[in-house]
Parts: sequence; C-alpha cells; structure tokens
Amino acid sequence: MASEELTQTGYIQHHLQNMAYGKLPAGYERADGTVLQEATWTLAHSYQEAADMGFWAVHLDTLGWSIGLGLIFSFLFSKAAKSATTGVPSGLQSFVEMIVEFVDGVVKDTFHHTNKLVAPMALTIFVWVFLMNLMDLVPIDWLPLGAQVVSGDPHLFFKVVPTTDPNATLGMAIGVFLLMIGFSIKNKGFGGFMRELALHPFNHPVMIPFNLFLELVGLIAKPISLGLRLFGNLYAGEMIFILIALLYSGGLVLGVFGAGLQWMWAVFHILVITLQAFVFMVLTTVYMAMAHDVDEHH
Amino acid sequence: MNINLTLIGQTISFAFFVWFCMKFVWPALMSIMEEREKKIADGLEAADRADKDLELAQKKATAQLREAKEEAAAIIEQANKRANQIVEEAKDQAVAEGNRLKAAAEAQIEQEVNRAKEELRGKVAVLALAGAEKVLGASIDENANSELVNQLAAEL
Repeated sequence: MASEELTQTGYIQHHLQNMAYGKLPAGYERADGTVLQEATWTLAHSYQEAADMGFWAVHLDTLGWSIGLGLIFSFLFSKAAKSATTGVPSGLQSFVEMIVEFVDGVVKDTFHHTNKLVAPMALTIFVWVFLMNLMDLVPIDWLPLGAQVVSGDPHLFFKVVPTTDPNATLGMAIGVFLLMIGFSIKNKGFGGFMRELALHPFNHPVMIPFNLFLELVGLIAKPISLGLRLFGNLYAGEMIFILIALLYSGGLVLGVFGAGLQWMWAVFHILVITLQAFVFMVLTTVYMAMAHDVDEHH
Repeated sequence: MNINLTLIGQTISFAFFVWFCMKFVWPALMSIMEEREKKIADGLEAADRADKDLELAQKKATAQLREAKEEAAAIIEQANKRANQIVEEAKDQAVAEGNRLKAAAEAQIEQEVNRAKEELRGKVAVLALAGAEKVLGASIDENANSELVNQLAAEL
C-alpha cells in the first residue's frame, strides 16, 4: 500500500524494480551520497544504481523465485513419479498424471518426431511458467512488504513474479532458441540448415542475401517474440494490479472498489496466466517440430 | 527492467529443470501410465473374453439341457412302448393259457362223459338184465344172455 510519504509514481516504480545485485565501479556516488573507494558488488539502492550496474548484475528476486518454484515443480513431480503405481491413482499422482497426459497430448498433436527431450521440456515449461505466473495472484504488497520487514530495509526492491522480468522470459526463450538451432543442425546438417536460411523463400542464387536477411530476422524473431509475449502479458497484468492497489490509498470507498476490482482482475488473470504458460509451451513445441522437419520449409 | 546476467542464470536454470524433468519425472510417469493403460486394456479384453465364454457356456448349457430333455422323452416313450408290449405279451400268454386250460378241461370233461357213458352202459346192462329177470320170473342164464345184453348196451 502506498504510504503517505510515497508518491504514486514512486510506488509504481518501486514495484517495477528488481532486487539487483551487481558491481558498481570505483568512485561511484551512491544514492545516499557516499562515494565508493573501489569497485564493489552490492545491492542496488536506487533505480539509477540498478541501471548503472549494467550487464554484470543479477536479479536475486527473479532468480530466487524462479529457481524456488522450479524446485517445487521438480520436487512435486519427481515425488509423484517415484511413488507412482499402476493402480488407481489418487491425490498428487492423479493430479500430476492429469497434467502430464494433457501436455503429452498437446506435444503429440504438434510434434511427430522421436525426441525424448521435447515432451519433458514442454511439461517443465508449462508447469514452471504457470507457477511463476501464479505469483502474480498473490496480492502485490504482501511478499515485498514481508521481505522488507524480514530484511529490515524499508526500501528493498522485491519483485515476486519472475515472468514480469524480461531477463527470465528471454532467458528461457534463449534456451529454446539454442535447442532449436542445435536440433536444426543435428537433423538437417549444417549445410541443410544454412540452405534453409539462404535459399528460402526465393530459391535463386541472386536472392541469397535477401533470403538470408529475411530468414535471419524470422529466426531471431522467434525467441524474442516468445520471451516478450510472456513478459508483456504478465507485465501488463502486474501493472494493472499495481494501479488497482493505488486505489487503496484513496479512502474507504475507493478502497472497497479497488478490492472488488482486484478480485475481478485476479479471476480474469487466472485465465491469462494459464493461457500464457500454455502458449509458451505450444510455441516451444512448434519451434522444435520446425527444427525436425527436414523436408518442409517454413 | 535491465537486461543483465539474470538472463544467463535463467537460461541455465531452465536447462537444469528441463534436464531434471527429462531424467527423473517424465520417463517414470510415462512408463507407469503406459503400464496402467496396458493393464486396463488387458482387463477390458479379459472381460470381453469372459463375456464371450459365458455366452458360449450358456449356449452349451442350453443345448445340453435340450439334449437331456429329448433323451428323457425318448426313454419315457421307449418305456411306454415296452410296458405296452409287456401288457400285450401278458394278455397273449393269458389267452393261450386260458385256451390250454379250456382244452384240457374239455378233454377231461369228454373223458368223464365217456367214462360215465361206459359206466351207464354197464349199469343199464345190469339193470336191463335185472328187469328182464324180474319180468321173466326166472333166472335167465346169465352167461347165455349176457352176450345179447352187452350187444344191447353197446347199441345204447
């Protein structure tokens, strides 16, 4: 909730800043006015500091939550897999099997080649992304406020939804992209992969530069759009939650109105987060299928 | 919103979780699910087979029952026939026995009659002789006249 000394812009900005841990150069003047004697690895205390850390910084909250949720996924599913029996499934096992069956169906519909990586990857993406998206439904101030209380730092940046950080979504998209290129080269050969880039859509030597340009843009666009689609949807959703939360500072009437809005948006958001997890999974599978299609050109 | 090392960290953790899922989650679950699918399919097939078996057994039972009924009917019919035959035979035998007895009785009666006739003849001869004796008032030489009387008796 926006406290009185915070402006609305400040509140929003604070919610959009990750907890960055990075290297500040020597002689850097920090937010509180102190000047660093030497290059230091530290938590960013302001937006400017986070920006000045450049590439050599990590978002502890993003990584922490995503790895934590990934571990929850791994733990739950491996537990279900370990204790699974062929008898009548119950509880966790039937839930897990339901998801696995669903993912398996989707993958079998889209991906017709033999590859023992694609289906598990689709499952991982679906559940993991869903869990990360799910953090969006936790009222936006609970976990950050809790973290601020625990750490004793009232200005601690803390974002709980990893998928609202482009690093996370693009990071996964890069993983998918590398696999895509790897499988393409493995299945079509390096020459075949290059031919596909160079001789498509216009199969004529003169058109090679044009083809290359077109296909490379198309190729690069795949991971970018994959990552940014997820990021954009969740970022927008998060933003609306933040804006709704601003209503709580506007008195009783607006506060009650805001509570209703938040509930409605959360209900709608259940659909969005599931859909986005599903879209990410399906697109990944489609890209993998493209990488395996030797004859067809896309 | 800054692009930084998190990108690579996320890629690495993505790779790790995918690897973990591929190694420890997916194959185990899939094999269990396939096994169960097979079990269910087998069960259904067995149920089908049992159904067919049951139908077959029922058919067989019905056939056997009908056969038994037919056999029983045949046996009863045969028994009836046999009974009739026995009765007929008994009747025939009784008739034959009756006839035989009748013939024997008739023969005996005839014999008796003949015997009585003989006896009567003898007695008549004696009676006639006695009568004649009385009529003549004298004794007739029995030896002389007995021939005549006997002839008379034989004519009777």
